[in-house]
Amino acid sequence: MKAPRVLVLRAPGINCERETHFAFQRAGGAPEFVHVTQLLAKPDSLFDYRVLAVPGGFAYGDDIASGRVLAQELKARLGDRVLQFLDRGGLVLGICNGFQVLVRLGLLPCTRGKLEEEVTLTHNLSNHYECRWVTLQTQKSRCVFLPAGLTVRWPAAHGEGRLVPKDDGLARVLLDEGFAALRYVDASGAPAQHYPANPNGSPNAIAGLTDRTGRVLGMMPHPDRSFLPTHMPNWRETMRQQGTMPEDGDGMVVFREMVKVARADG
Amino acid sequence: MQAWRIEVLVRESEPDPAGSSAAKALERQGLAPTSVRSRRGFLLGSTLTDAQVRTFARSVLTDPVLETFVVHAPGASSPMPLPGVHRISVLLRKGVTDPVAQSVQKALADLSLPVVEAATYRAYDVKGVDARELATAARRALANAVVNEVLADVLPESFAYSDNQADLAPHPIPLAHLDRTGLEQLSKDGGLALDGAEMLAVQEHYQQLGRAPRRMELETIAQTWSEHCKHKTLTGRIRFDGQIIDNLLKSTIAHVTHTLARDFCVSVFVDNAGIVKFDDEDSVCIKVETHNRPSAIEPFGGAGTGVGGVIRDVLGTGLGARPIASTDVFCLAPPDMPKEQLPAGCLHPRTVLQGVVAGVRDYGNPMGIPTVNGSLHFDADFVGNPLVYVGNVGILKTARAQKKVHAGDYVVALGGRTGRDGIHGATFSSLGLHTKSESVSSGAVQIGDPIAERKVMDAVLALAERDLFSSITDCGAGGFSSAIGEMSEGLGAEIELQGAPLKYEGLAPWEIWISEAQERMVLSVPPRHLDAVKAVCAEECCEVTVLGRFTDTGQLVVKFHGQVHADLDLHFLHKGLPVRERLATYVPNKLTEPNLPAETDCSKALLTVLSDYAVCSKEWIVRQYDHEVQAASASKPLCGPREDGPADAAVLAPKLGSRRGIVLGNGLNPRYSKIDPAAMAECALDEAMRNIVATGGDPDYTAVLDNYCWGNTNNEQRLGELVRASFALRDLALRYRTPFVSGKDSLHNEFKASDRTIVIPGCILVTAMSVIADVARTVNSALCERNSLLVLVGVTKNELGGSTYYKTKGVLGTTVPRVDADLGIAVLNGVYRAIQAGCVLSAHDCSEGGLAVAATEMALGGRLGIRIDLSAVPLGTGLSAASRTEDVLFSESQSRILLEVNKDRLKDLQANLRSAPHAVIGEVNGGDTVTFVRGGKDVCTVTLAAAERAWKRPLDLDGTLIQEVAR
Repeated sequence: MKAPRVLVLRAPGINCERETHFAFQRAGGAPEFVHVTQLLAKPDSLFDYRVLAVPGGFAYGDDIASGRVLAQELKARLGDRVLQFLDRGGLVLGICNGFQVLVRLGLLPCTRGKLEEEVTLTHNLSNHYECRWVTLQTQKSRCVFLPAGLTVRWPAAHGEGRLVPKDDGLARVLLDEGFAALRYVDASGAPAQHYPANPNGSPNAIAGLTDRTGRVLGMMPHPDRSFLPTHMPNWRETMRQQGTMPEDGDGMVVFREMVKVARADG
Repeated sequence: MQAWRIEVLVRESEPDPAGSSAAKALERQGLAPTSVRSRRGFLLGSTLTDAQVRTFARSVLTDPVLETFVVHAPGASSPMPLPGVHRISVLLRKGVTDPVAQSVQKALADLSLPVVEAATYRAYDVKGVDARELATAARRALANAVVNEVLADVLPESFAYSDNQADLAPHPIPLAHLDRTGLEQLSKDGGLALDGAEMLAVQEHYQQLGRAPRRMELETIAQTWSEHCKHKTLTGRIRFDGQIIDNLLKSTIAHVTHTLARDFCVSVFVDNAGIVKFDDEDSVCIKVETHNRPSAIEPFGGAGTGVGGVIRDVLGTGLGARPIASTDVFCLAPPDMPKEQLPAGCLHPRTVLQGVVAGVRDYGNPMGIPTVNGSLHFDADFVGNPLVYVGNVGILKTARAQKKVHAGDYVVALGGRTGRDGIHGATFSSLGLHTKSESVSSGAVQIGDPIAERKVMDAVLALAERDLFSSITDCGAGGFSSAIGEMSEGLGAEIELQGAPLKYEGLAPWEIWISEAQERMVLSVPPRHLDAVKAVCAEECCEVTVLGRFTDTGQLVVKFHGQVHADLDLHFLHKGLPVRERLATYVPNKLTEPNLPAETDCSKALLTVLSDYAVCSKEWIVRQYDHEVQAASASKPLCGPREDGPADAAVLAPKLGSRRGIVLGNGLNPRYSKIDPAAMAECALDEAMRNIVATGGDPDYTAVLDNYCWGNTNNEQRLGELVRASFALRDLALRYRTPFVSGKDSLHNEFKASDRTIVIPGCILVTAMSVIADVARTVNSALCERNSLLVLVGVTKNELGGSTYYKTKGVLGTTVPRVDADLGIAVLNGVYRAIQAGCVLSAHDCSEGGLAVAATEMALGGRLGIRIDLSAVPLGTGLSAASRTEDVLFSESQSRILLEVNKDRLKDLQANLRSAPHAVIGEVNGGDTVTFVRGGKDVCTVTLAAAERAWKRPLDLDGTLIQEVAR
């Protein structure tokens, strides 16, 4: 079967495009870098791809607010094409700053199928950027490619990752109706409400969201920095216990499963 | 000019982290506000309509979930906040880069709104404080006078800039009538930093030409001849106690490299960075810079633009290298220095620390370059001259390591626009600091725009991939004048400067020419590629400008709208600098070994040493840096099951999918320099090598860099100390077979306080980079297994002079550690072989705090208790079984590495260590204490919990690390 084409978006300030590209390639996808200027020059070229990936970084410096300027640009120039992209079977991944962009764009959680901002990702309660490994549990969610029930360790590296829904009603919907795809958990496996297991103070420990269709996934922590075995902070211990280096790091599951579904749908 | 004013604020019901941080900062100034709420302010050109402004504020400026906004029309009188609430607004001074304003303009364009003038500011509503006290405290805690303007209870209503008329005349400056004193005065008044002999050389050159130098010419000569660019002291002639040294750098640093002629050196001392072979296809390059002066007066901007500058150095190496890692090392006064000890004109060291960390963070993180290694050093003598070292590593195809400009190539500028920021940075950095530097030198400070640099980087790498340019360099000190001056050496250039894009009007041509505005690169582009270059840059959103052509005339000609502002003989510019001659002498400091009473409680002494700033946990800093971006990290800066143990070095696998890697470490101990600069220099190299080797790096495939920071080398003794240190460094590097591939010096680090001159201890930072075949053959410092053994490699001598233990007792001493090269070589090679053989579980080098600290840090990292028998430690000169316990615990003898080994592998380990002296000194018992016994008696015991508290508390500036302990 043909490797599904993956559009890895570039823009001024996006800076995780190379590792995202490599992870998709390693998973059997056919990733291509596309600069936002190229995409907006031919907006319909979006439909040539099976997967749209918005990598992490500081798009346009995160000026005004994280992800705001790029989201604004995509909204103004791509319009509803992103929704049509999902209708046509496309999948979307947003990591860290990419997640912030999708949230500002209104593509996540998109509970009503309209591009409107329902949640925000705002300043960590510490009010500064922080880089640390966190433990996450994949939830039983709408997401069509992320398996539920996995406990994984990925690094978080952000200053604005506190996920705040617009009201209590939506907060319940996110948890009860399968929009919360990833949550921070503590050593016992319970949702973590306290620092540092929950690095930013997100209510309900939500680290990642999917949308109504389950074809979009966004998260603050980085599977793109944890897909190789040597990425994991404890690879030496694993090697001592197992005698060999494992094949993958914890983040690889996202890229493998996404490519698998994109290929099956293609 | 009047403006729309929009303020965005977090809803009252929601937490406001920016407000809370401001409250904390004000509290540190002695205020007790009952509430602080923050606002983000925007000024927009008055031609927008009310409806347009509100649409824009709602859809772009405001977070619909958490924030609301208020709009004030241009010229409308706006009421102040409620009684009892004071408003502080923090604006950028005119001319300071405001990157957010540029994004605001982009967003206006995306929404098809008129693109008007824009500016941004921050504001705070503060309750429960006195207005006057608040205004004073806010200026210190929430702003920096160099770049910010603070309004107290006055609202910002108009744009800050003024419409200056540029002075476009070339301004010849007559020199012929001046004598040496007059010339020196002219140099001083103009901030040229040229001495009498140099000014005389300029005078003579222009007398031969029969004309006066134009202002731009004089400025160009001053930039090119600055200490910063030419290293004229270290490359000049030094008479050292009767011995004549022609070019100290050549006789020491470069001598090592050329003598060793290691085959992994691809390019040394000729490019922006040293280049080392990585594998058959690629090379890695490395550069470390200092940015001391700018960071002293504006720590945030200074450190940030330091990072930006060294990234550009790497980007401009060969035909473009991709930056893959950053390093940073700071030398500061202790952050708890009492305010009354602070000399006038100095920022408080805590302010400096927070500023430089934020500066590195807010430049490095957005660039997407991981900050992976560094260190922190404290001494009161850094109060006026904090040192900020920033390093960068890049990767490039070996086939693209050389570059060559051709006559006829276009001179092309890429990236940021030019403003009046950073005028006279190169010459400023060649002068000493004094109490008034903060006010007179503000023009020398830049505020960085990392996204502008990211665009330049993306563009350069895209151009490199398509092989579209013939040479490249960055605009650093001296701006265009240095970049183009360097590139046209041996050729010539003709520049039409009016094409340079400006941030704002009003710059004189000479200002454009020497401005150190950030985020700019200069490329030479063959004519056939010019269109392709423009197309790639457009796609990468990077501004590109043709400034002129390279020629073969030997002249550097700069015109502005046809009028000649400079017509410089390039041979004179580059070779006309008179050889500087300096006197040097070395007289050892008269010091005495202290007669300390015997330690009554070694456990308490260990906790005190763990709490010293030199030793304590740096986690507060490390966590603020992105050390994972680019997904190359194979060993984290914090290690162990709880990811808080201190790693000795960083390990990166920069080619995704390959396990070939590099190891990065550094060494520096300023306090040793106060006893003997030679010891300081040796120990820096030994420590850098220990860090590399203790992690799994290959001592036989390691390149090193030297970065000198020194006091005023016009002082004979000071220069003598530098000479002595340089020869010691040369001798050890020759033995260790470590070539220097790049280096830099920053001299004149002295601060003239009102009553005295504060001189920094002479410092050489040694940065080391090793290339390894497999990152899986590396270890870290956290203990791994219960019941494993601890093996100390190396010899412990009576070397407590300059030690952290002595520092905690308030003494310096004389018995400074020296390096025994034979021993060092045996230790480094032995440990390398042992790690490669897979018989080492974890390893940590002994540095500040000696064996006691190394062992405790390993235990903390692994959360495993240990028991060490000090009677088993191999002792050397000055130590015996009868010596004091504290001397064995805290001696800082070099070339020592503590290893953890599984009992079953001990024989293997010993076979691999070969001739390196070593002994089994203890075991990992997995308990909850670190215990040292001697002669069967318990002589020092601390619980892991107490050690962790002592070690984490000093730099827990957010109060979050201790929370973790409590958990």
